[in-house]
Amino acid sequence: MSAIQMRGITKRFGPVLANDHINFDLEQGEIHALLGENGAGKTTLMRILYGLYHADAGEVFVNGEKGHITSPRDAIRLGIGMVTQHFTLVPPLTVAENVVLGYTDGFRLRPQEIQRQVGKAAAGLGVEVDPTAIVRHLSVGERQRVEILKALYREARVLILDEPTAVLVPQEVGVLFETLERLRQGGLSVIFISHKLNEVMTVCDRITVLRDGRVVGTVNKADTSQSALARMMVGRETFGVSREGEQAPGSPLLRIRSLSVADDQGLPALKGVSLEVGAGEILGVAGVSGNGQTELSRVLAGTLKPTEGQVSVGQDDLTGAEPTRVTAAGVGRIPEDRHEGLVGELTVAENLVLEHLGDFITAGTLDHRRIRQHAERLIAEYQIKASPTDRARTLSGGNMQKLILARALSREPRVVIASQPTRGLDVGATEYVRGKLLEQRGRGAAVLLLSEDLDEVLALSDRIAVIYEGRIVGVLPCAEADVEQLGLMMSGVREATGDSDQD
Amino acid sequence: MTAIKIERAAAPVWMRFLIPVVAILVTFVLTSFLIIWAGANPLEAYHYFLIAPLSNRVSALEVLVKSTPLLLTGTAVAFAFSAGYWNIGAEGQLYAGAIAAAWLGPLLGEVPPVIAILVMLVGGFGAGVLWALGPALLKVKLAIDEVVTTLLLNSVIVFLVSYLLNGPWRDPISMWPQSPEIAPNAMLPKLVPYSRLHLGFVVAVLGILFLWFVLSRTALGLKMRAVGLGREAARFAGVKVDQTMLTAALVSGGIAGLAGVTEVAGIHFHLIEAISPGYGYTGIIIATLGGLNAFGVGLAALFIGLISTGAQTVSRALGVPVYLGDVVQATLLLVTLAMFLLLNYRIRFSSD
Repeated sequence: MSAIQMRGITKRFGPVLANDHINFDLEQGEIHALLGENGAGKTTLMRILYGLYHADAGEVFVNGEKGHITSPRDAIRLGIGMVTQHFTLVPPLTVAENVVLGYTDGFRLRPQEIQRQVGKAAAGLGVEVDPTAIVRHLSVGERQRVEILKALYREARVLILDEPTAVLVPQEVGVLFETLERLRQGGLSVIFISHKLNEVMTVCDRITVLRDGRVVGTVNKADTSQSALARMMVGRETFGVSREGEQAPGSPLLRIRSLSVADDQGLPALKGVSLEVGAGEILGVAGVSGNGQTELSRVLAGTLKPTEGQVSVGQDDLTGAEPTRVTAAGVGRIPEDRHEGLVGELTVAENLVLEHLGDFITAGTLDHRRIRQHAERLIAEYQIKASPTDRARTLSGGNMQKLILARALSREPRVVIASQPTRGLDVGATEYVRGKLLEQRGRGAAVLLLSEDLDEVLALSDRIAVIYEGRIVGVLPCAEADVEQLGLMMSGVREATGDSDQD
Repeated sequence: MTAIKIERAAAPVWMRFLIPVVAILVTFVLTSFLIIWAGANPLEAYHYFLIAPLSNRVSALEVLVKSTPLLLTGTAVAFAFSAGYWNIGAEGQLYAGAIAAAWLGPLLGEVPPVIAILVMLVGGFGAGVLWALGPALLKVKLAIDEVVTTLLLNSVIVFLVSYLLNGPWRDPISMWPQSPEIAPNAMLPKLVPYSRLHLGFVVAVLGILFLWFVLSRTALGLKMRAVGLGREAARFAGVKVDQTMLTAALVSGGIAGLAGVTEVAGIHFHLIEAISPGYGYTGIIIATLGGLNAFGVGLAALFIGLISTGAQTVSRALGVPVYLGDVVQATLLLVTLAMFLLLNYRIRFSSD
């Protein structure tokens, strides 16, 4: 009998159809992978199951009975537990206290008793963790085990793990898989959200692949292969703008040499990345999110200091340079998050001059007339639907992005760093942004395009670099790239084959 | 079934202009219960709060006298808050300015008045900057919360003043805990004869103009607002966030220091322990009520000046405690803050 059946689940966020009539079955005692690219709808589906979102349509059956899940409390009562990427533990409390938190009866707490109970539960389940330890002192892997124990202590019979390996080091991944295997033998059913093919093939019994909010198919591990899964995950017709006329790239303008960076937690996020982008060339960096693209774009934008390596534009060494020096050297930057590129409460005109305030000063004071004229000119040129005095936050996503493009590109930069430039935009705005990037290439700028949208990378790039776990696993000319091969590289399965022009 | 849904949505702009008016009305409704409890008629009380002080020349000038330090501390706080630096230490910086004025004042007997007054103002500004420097550096270098450090330093300087007045500066003749009187040259001249209104009011109005000019007419002001409204976006655009915040914090401290100078050199002529009945804290109320905008800060300071002048009249005429004025101020702040917050939401009724 199925532990969970989801029937016709549909969920819409504004214009985006995140889940489109999804059917999903979880058998008792199986580990079932939900595989898909970013934005395929995996997490949305599981949030619906856990009561964090409400489906617009569809039904959920738990052990064959229709379940009304309107909050996590309902889900827990029905024996469903979820471990998200962001842990919900209280760091100063002990493991045992965290496990029983919100699940105690009566008024008095008996610390000894709780520790004993949690310790017994942990031993019985085969989850290795010390109930007396303070959570703050635990490693990420151990904290994850506490989260799992917490779910199981609430008598979960179904465990949802949202990209559980994203935060773990390889050794911890091994421990997690052993734990899951033991729990599965004990009768637990597990839903494993992932986009890493090798992990899915290691630990799961069945795999359901989602793409653009729809189920592509459900397969048994025994009946499939990594390349078949990669094809299901990313394979589709490419569309949209295309490059006009091939041109031989000019001399390298942007040079990145063995660049290493630590992320906010101090863990290595980039490990010796080397790339070169020539004049009149678009180099696409493809990869699943969280593999170092954010850090790469932040280093190039000047908001993150590298730990090692070198960045140069033309003859200028920009290693560790501040944003002002980066823009002065002729780099136009389109940030990953529009809201981090614009000050929402400032006006359109003010946001447009923020990068080059020095140019808008007359007799020591801001020249409001010139600031306004500058804004009017760019608004017309970039077809931004806004007036200079509108606050930036009132603009639509597409117009915000045009505002950022206007600021970054109006000075005809030598190098353009575009990070997820069309994320969340509608078709029209997407076409516009892609057109602008090709225009930069046409006038001889070196464009580095970081995108999770494989279509975009394939449509715009002259060459494609694939990033996986902070490393460039290969660089290949766009003409030689095919979707399946890219999918495998993005999932960490295969290095580039054929002619790689990485140095 | 009708469901009530609360969702985030910005209110139309015209509503922002209604905030002060509605806030004052709501405040009066809330506080009228207390006034009735205190045994007075609320309408009569509000007459004394708002109308009576303006009904004759003497008390109208007194409103401006009361507003002088409030204009300066309000400006000081608004300056720092604009850059997202939460300076709660205007009170302490005011005392620093007052100490400087009390120290310099008696030494300036032989100096022409214009120079003496300039020295007083520069000295007070400098002392405010110095008192603001520690927390500001801790904030930008070590990311230590300035709310805590600036607040705690307020108590430190109050005790420092107490030490000075009970120790080295104690008046040798009267033995009162007050510093020696400042030289007549260093006293701020009266603007209107036979009133207490002094040159400090002009300094305070210049302070407001300075706030307006910096925020809306200079690159520094735009950078400060960018840092205050979106720190990461400002950093991305190349604004030196730490440097901007440090500048805002120090100038804020300096302006608060000026409030200390005007109180010593314009009103008391020596340093006393309670030279500020919380002007620095009231400055936070004023900056918030004024929406960190120079014009708004000016109006808010005059309004609070009016209420605190009125509080004395109310208490004399109706026999209610003078602290009622503080209650009205505090309620007004809470109501205004709540309104700013609630303006970001709207309630929607929908049927399921």
